[in-house]
Amino acid sequence: MFRKILIANRGEIALRVIRACRELGIRTVAVYSEVDAKSLHVRFADEALCIGPADGALSYRNIPNILSAAEITGAEAIHPGYGFLAENAHFAEVCESAGIKFIGPFPECITLMGDKVKAREMMIKKGIPVIPGSEGKIPTERDALEVARKVGYPLIIKAAAGGGGRGMRVVHREEDLARCFQAAQTEARACFGDDSVYIERYFSDPRHIEVQVLADEKGKMIFLGERDCSIQRRHQKLIEEAPSPMVDDRLRREIGGAALEAAQAVNYVNAGTVEFLLDKDHNFYFIEMNTRIQVEHGITELVTGVDLVQQQIKIAQGRSLDYKQNQIRLRGHSLECRINAECPEKFTPSPGTITEYNVPGGPGVRVDSAAYSGYVVPSFYDSLIAKVMVYADNREEALARMQRALSEFIIRGIKTTLPLHQKILGDPAFIKGRFSTNFLDRFLSGQLSDKSSLPS
Amino acid sequence: MNLKDLKELIDLIRGTEVAEIELQEGDFRVRVRRVEGTVSSPAPAPLARTARPDLQPGHEPLSPIGEDEKYFLVRSPIVGTYYRSSSPDSDPYVEVGETVKKGQVLCIIEAMKLMNEIESELDGRVVEICVEDSSPVEYGQTLFKIEPLQNPV
Repeated sequence: MFRKILIANRGEIALRVIRACRELGIRTVAVYSEVDAKSLHVRFADEALCIGPADGALSYRNIPNILSAAEITGAEAIHPGYGFLAENAHFAEVCESAGIKFIGPFPECITLMGDKVKAREMMIKKGIPVIPGSEGKIPTERDALEVARKVGYPLIIKAAAGGGGRGMRVVHREEDLARCFQAAQTEARACFGDDSVYIERYFSDPRHIEVQVLADEKGKMIFLGERDCSIQRRHQKLIEEAPSPMVDDRLRREIGGAALEAAQAVNYVNAGTVEFLLDKDHNFYFIEMNTRIQVEHGITELVTGVDLVQQQIKIAQGRSLDYKQNQIRLRGHSLECRINAECPEKFTPSPGTITEYNVPGGPGVRVDSAAYSGYVVPSFYDSLIAKVMVYADNREEALARMQRALSEFIIRGIKTTLPLHQKILGDPAFIKGRFSTNFLDRFLSGQLSDKSSLPS
Repeated sequence: MNLKDLKELIDLIRGTEVAEIELQEGDFRVRVRRVEGTVSSPAPAPLARTARPDLQPGHEPLSPIGEDEKYFLVRSPIVGTYYRSSSPDSDPYVEVGETVKKGQVLCIIEAMKLMNEIESELDGRVVEICVEDSSPVEYGQTLFKIEPLQNPV
């Protein structure tokens, strides 16, 4: 087992990795920017080094400083968390050359799955269902028109190097295609430095279903059920649950099988997530693969009993998977609410000092958070304050438990999205499990027209 | 003799050419010997986890002027290992009390086998060297305290 691991991240995920290491008897090195000197991950790690100023590019994405920190502390491996350098193939490569183990997949895999167009092409080759669309990048408007006629309307134009909802345009009619094509290219060039775009059919009420995959370096792979992440705003997830209320055992086996094939196609190693779109007729289509541990990994841990971060570390150590596929059982139901430091109505960021902080507890409640009373939420990083997770025997009880947990969560001094989650949990469609990725937009505009504003 | 005395004894021979010292006080006898090759703190040394004294909580240290308002603090711009000379046999780049010019090399910080020369940003006098030779340094760590020269040379 590794003796020492450096965590190249911050906030709740850095804490999560430190917890996994501590239980495995591995010493931890935290790195932090100047504004994070009083962070919990700094406090709980065995060693900590300042690696730069607040700006993420100069600190948490500062490859030379992070590698140097690993070198001078003697860390044998680096866990990149999510975001920052987690899907940076160059960083994974540099770690390899420096003789430091990158806890994640190999660089080639990150590169391949990072190129959405190449990934799609690979899936088509392997016979994994993908959303009807272009067979590659679309160079000109004329090509776009041709593809559009085959794919059908409505369609969406997406950036090949993109993600997170940027560089996208939905097109309902052929008259709008040329204009949207140009706009998408311009935005893609601005955001990602690459104006390559592709086209896909657009579904009006899809669900976002993703499958958790684990693979060791010996070629063994398993999937650990799915997560339903349909509650999103501008492609940012707010609420996730496992298992999906829309997926039965048979569909689970089919999607799980497809996810494994996708992972196998790229010789995947370590933890990863394959994202699918589920349409109204329960057909599923590959969207993309995330080659890292994800924010919402905890709900899978709760319904399977598997510690995914510990598995990541063990896999990186060269060990075989601790579990066979037939040992993975989904039990009960889990929900997660991501509480962000944002105004619940306008979603504008709300950094500042948390003056009062009481975390929910009791049976079946798990809160992953790096915040505390007196903590100063910085303005430089993502706004995630806490992930409130619940586990119960079934979805109905999980919903009641989440309501109860959210009512106990006290956060004063900053604005948070807590009130919004409480409202969503009271929504009849959500309670019935009947929602698509359009749910939240409709819910929010319904709230506005409803005149009953959220408590500020 | 108590722990404090012992520590003073150890500090006494550190930084000198003395290899071994033995002290007897009544029934008490102690010998402190420096082992060759480990002049400085053993690497990798766990770095202090507590907030560094020159960082105020919640503030960003933008100005290089620290606690002693009149001194300019030279801070490390990278993470690495501090060396006071260009090689183990060479003389240190600077000593305490020495006058330095703007652009003059003060020390080397090695990171991933690359040697980075740290230059002085001003004319001044080295008042304090705040790190030990061959010790790990983090971003922003104070390396030198320099008293600015009133009339630049």
